[in-house]
Amino acid sequence: MELIVASTVGVLTAGGVYLMLRLRTFAVILGLALLSYAVNVFLFASGRLAIDQSPILSKYGDATYTDPLPQALVLTAIVISFGMTAVLVMIGLGAYLEAGSDRIDIDAASEDAAAEDAR
Amino acid sequence: MSLGGHLLFVIALLPFLGALVPGLMIRAGRTVCAISTAVPTFVALTMLLTLAPAVLRGEVIQGEIEWLPQLGLSVSFFLDGLGLLFACMILGVGLLITLYARFYLSGEDPMGQFYTYLLLFQGAMLGIVISDNILLLLIFWELTSLSSFLLIGYWKHLPEGRQGARMALTVTGGGGLAMIGGMLILGNIAGSYNLTDILQAGEAIRASEWYLPALILILLGAFTKSAQFPFHFWLPHAMAAPTPVSAYLHSATMVKAGVFLMARMWPVLSGTDAWFYIVATTGLVTMVLGALIALFKDDLKALLAFSTVSHLGLLTMLLGFGTEAAAVAAVFHIINHLTFKAALFMTAGIVDHETHTRDIKRLGGLRHLMPVTFVIGTVAALSMAGIPLFNGFLSKEMMLEEASHTTWLDSHYVVPVLATLGALLSVAYSFRFIAHVFLGPVRDDYPHKPHDPPFGMWAAPALLAVLVVVIGLAPFLADGIVAAAASAVTGAELEPHLKIWHGVTPALYMSGIAVLGGLALLALHRPLDRAWLAAPRPEAKAIFDALVAGAVTLTRRITELGHNGAISRYLAIFTVTAVGLGWIAYAGAGLSEPTRGLLPVPPVIAVGWIMLVVATGFVVLQHRQRFLALTVLGVIGLSISAGFAYLSAPDLALTQISVETVTIMLLLLALHYMPQTTPVESSTVRRVRDGAIAGAAGLGVAGLAYAFLRRDIDTISDFHIANSYEGGGGTNVVNVILVDFRGYDTYGEIIVLGIAGFVIYALMHALLDGPAGRRLKNTDYSRNRSRDRHPLMMVVVTRVLMPIAVVVGLYIFLRGHNEPGGGFVAGLVISIALLMQYMASGFAWTQERKKIEYHTMIGLGVVIAGLTGVGSWLAGRPFLTSSYTYVHLPPIEEFELATAALFDLGVFLTVLGAVMLMLYSLSRIARFAGETLNPDPMDFDPRQPAVQPQGER
Repeated sequence: MELIVASTVGVLTAGGVYLMLRLRTFAVILGLALLSYAVNVFLFASGRLAIDQSPILSKYGDATYTDPLPQALVLTAIVISFGMTAVLVMIGLGAYLEAGSDRIDIDAASEDAAAEDAR
Repeated sequence: MSLGGHLLFVIALLPFLGALVPGLMIRAGRTVCAISTAVPTFVALTMLLTLAPAVLRGEVIQGEIEWLPQLGLSVSFFLDGLGLLFACMILGVGLLITLYARFYLSGEDPMGQFYTYLLLFQGAMLGIVISDNILLLLIFWELTSLSSFLLIGYWKHLPEGRQGARMALTVTGGGGLAMIGGMLILGNIAGSYNLTDILQAGEAIRASEWYLPALILILLGAFTKSAQFPFHFWLPHAMAAPTPVSAYLHSATMVKAGVFLMARMWPVLSGTDAWFYIVATTGLVTMVLGALIALFKDDLKALLAFSTVSHLGLLTMLLGFGTEAAAVAAVFHIINHLTFKAALFMTAGIVDHETHTRDIKRLGGLRHLMPVTFVIGTVAALSMAGIPLFNGFLSKEMMLEEASHTTWLDSHYVVPVLATLGALLSVAYSFRFIAHVFLGPVRDDYPHKPHDPPFGMWAAPALLAVLVVVIGLAPFLADGIVAAAASAVTGAELEPHLKIWHGVTPALYMSGIAVLGGLALLALHRPLDRAWLAAPRPEAKAIFDALVAGAVTLTRRITELGHNGAISRYLAIFTVTAVGLGWIAYAGAGLSEPTRGLLPVPPVIAVGWIMLVVATGFVVLQHRQRFLALTVLGVIGLSISAGFAYLSAPDLALTQISVETVTIMLLLLALHYMPQTTPVESSTVRRVRDGAIAGAAGLGVAGLAYAFLRRDIDTISDFHIANSYEGGGGTNVVNVILVDFRGYDTYGEIIVLGIAGFVIYALMHALLDGPAGRRLKNTDYSRNRSRDRHPLMMVVVTRVLMPIAVVVGLYIFLRGHNEPGGGFVAGLVISIALLMQYMASGFAWTQERKKIEYHTMIGLGVVIAGLTGVGSWLAGRPFLTSSYTYVHLPPIEEFELATAALFDLGVFLTVLGAVMLMLYSLSRIARFAGETLNPDPMDFDPRQPAVQPQGER
């Protein structure tokens, strides 16, 4: 199981980094989404893995529980990364609509826009 | 802390507080402005003088407020003899300068600014001399560089003023940076950043192998500040400043800061060969060179500037000798130099002010026209020349006396001969100042007909000139302060007796030679001047400018290497660096033995994992087909939620699933207005390179994750589990952590989320008002549009689902404290329910039925959460302490009422509001892009094209 989780984090990170190195905003947004998954799983895993040990206190005597703290942190992280993705999407959309190109490096983007305006 | 300690804090603060006043008081007139500057200075000086008797008795007054004691940071001041001497000089001369500047500055100069800068500088300078903590001292040190920049560049319209200010800042600021390094080393060796402790640790410091680096770094700071060769060049260029600034900064205070520092560190750093050869030699060279250049300067202020360089060299040399007698001489000369040099600068300012020129070649004969100025200038210049009965003579004699028995590299002659030469040149330029400005026949070609200035302007230099004579005639008056300061410098109890007549000593002969030689040089000045002008000399400013230009080019190259405007490059650099650092850490320390076994992998999970990996691969490979990639992204999110559910994290699974839904909706909405495919742009090489970087990052993170998953940790969570029920009143520990244990964090996070919502809303408005809005209006999106945008089935189903979804949301919210759920999830579930209505029944239809603005909802959520937290203050508990009770209302099951639920309500509202505001903003863009409105749902009409209502945006 540990291998599965670790490799999941690795695959998601690799995919995320690769996409973030692309030159268009949409790919970068996808990459960021993948990277957010990776980070959330990574943080969650820092509490170590456990099966059937939800941190819901049992009414029936002693039980063992998994580490609840990383879960609480990741819960807010998921929501915040949604907010971040949303802001990024809006900025990307705005940049595309303003410049007429969704390239992310400045010089090439303005060239694209100039080419489009010339047309 | 004693009363004196408290007073020290007040004294240190007064100039800074006072600096706020003159800028405002200038509206009340120039005199009021000057008085408002003088008041804080005067009060500080008075306070200082009340402390003086104790200090002169040998006491050290200390005051300390701890700030970050763990880092050795504290705000601590102390006042000993040396500090007292300098503080008196700074405040005393500050008063005189305030008076002088009132008359010197013309009506066009912004006087309020000037006095504000002056007080800032005064505060910084004062801070240096009374700081006990060296880190604090460094802060004040840099503050003097900064405030002197403002003062030197005060006449912003003069290019030489701006250049001079920049040069001074570069040189002294750069030296200050070096000094920070030296001071940190010193603090490290001594184990404390308190000066009083460091002064005790002299032997340990001198024995340390870090002594030499620390010494060099600290001296770099001192030498640049005190304009020692080869850093002397900034001082003459700083003369572009108004003369009051020159008189204050460049004779009495700032340039003495370096000397002060060497004196302060004398017990710690001096007494070694390195100290003697570096400090004394630099001082000696500076003294002779400065005096030589001064002799051939035609600009009055340049002459005085180089003479200051020369005298600073003298002081440095005396401190470099490392003997107690030399230290006494240095302290005494600091006082004497202050009196005559400040008077001379002010005299030069008066001459400039009256004749409109500072060119010595255009002056002469002023004694008839400006008798008062003549007397003041002559007294001060004679003192500078070292003529008996003036105070300059006394300290110069002491200097020559010390020089006469100093050996340098086994030579008995080098130091005495060069010192005499320095004194001789000093006599020459001092006499030149008198002879070529005041003596000689009255000329008729002055740029402006001069006469003595008003009393206010000559009062300050006159007072200094009186001091010159008084100390010169009755040096024993200065015994007390010199003894106190010299004792503080050397750390030994010294009782010097200053007197005029020491008998016929070698120093007297040297003085005699100097005076006669100086007169001879003056007589020969004309031919010497021609020879000097003909000789090639390195121009310091050109060298400095070339160095700066070179540095700028170099930094620009380096910057462009990393910062070319392409974010992909930064990301690549960052990723590679992070992976590299991780590798170094791993290679350096290795790993401990694993302590945890592996959990089994059931087949379902294995299948899920394969699905996730394939989906990720698909997204990466097919990311150009944007719609497809987005859909598959959902698969990844769902797999992860399933994984959370399996690995005992039901709350995370719930959150992930609902966030996934809204994220995909959001991206789909945005994608509608962007290109549907990504063109192939990167070359194969680039893709391979990026693939390698990504692969390395993935491997690194996977390895790290695997490494810690196999090892146990000590966690603080046992506390949370043990106290969740008793303390927080809930059995869902994750939720209790969110709303109680770490409620502060959650509070911050919902605020961030709310801000993100507002940012998106604001961006949307900014966009629609700009070119993006026009572009949207002119683009035809109708070909992408379905004719049946609001299918009947979907409308009906979502209507039916709405109440169910709301009940589910409510249920999840209410049970959150004890079972998986809570405000975050509930907020997301309800927003999905609302979004369904938007999608199925149309924007306008849903918008019409909305009762609360989403902005209000965010605000309300944050306020409710905040008030809940504050509520626990009323009960006398810390912020966000929750209390709870169980209620039984038949026929409902017993349920819990907790303040935490109220906090969770705030979370719920904020999440709901933020998510809805974000999606609402995107839909606004849709309407702008010509999306039709549908006040009625189910507007399908196959016979008619979609209606475009008029005048709607």
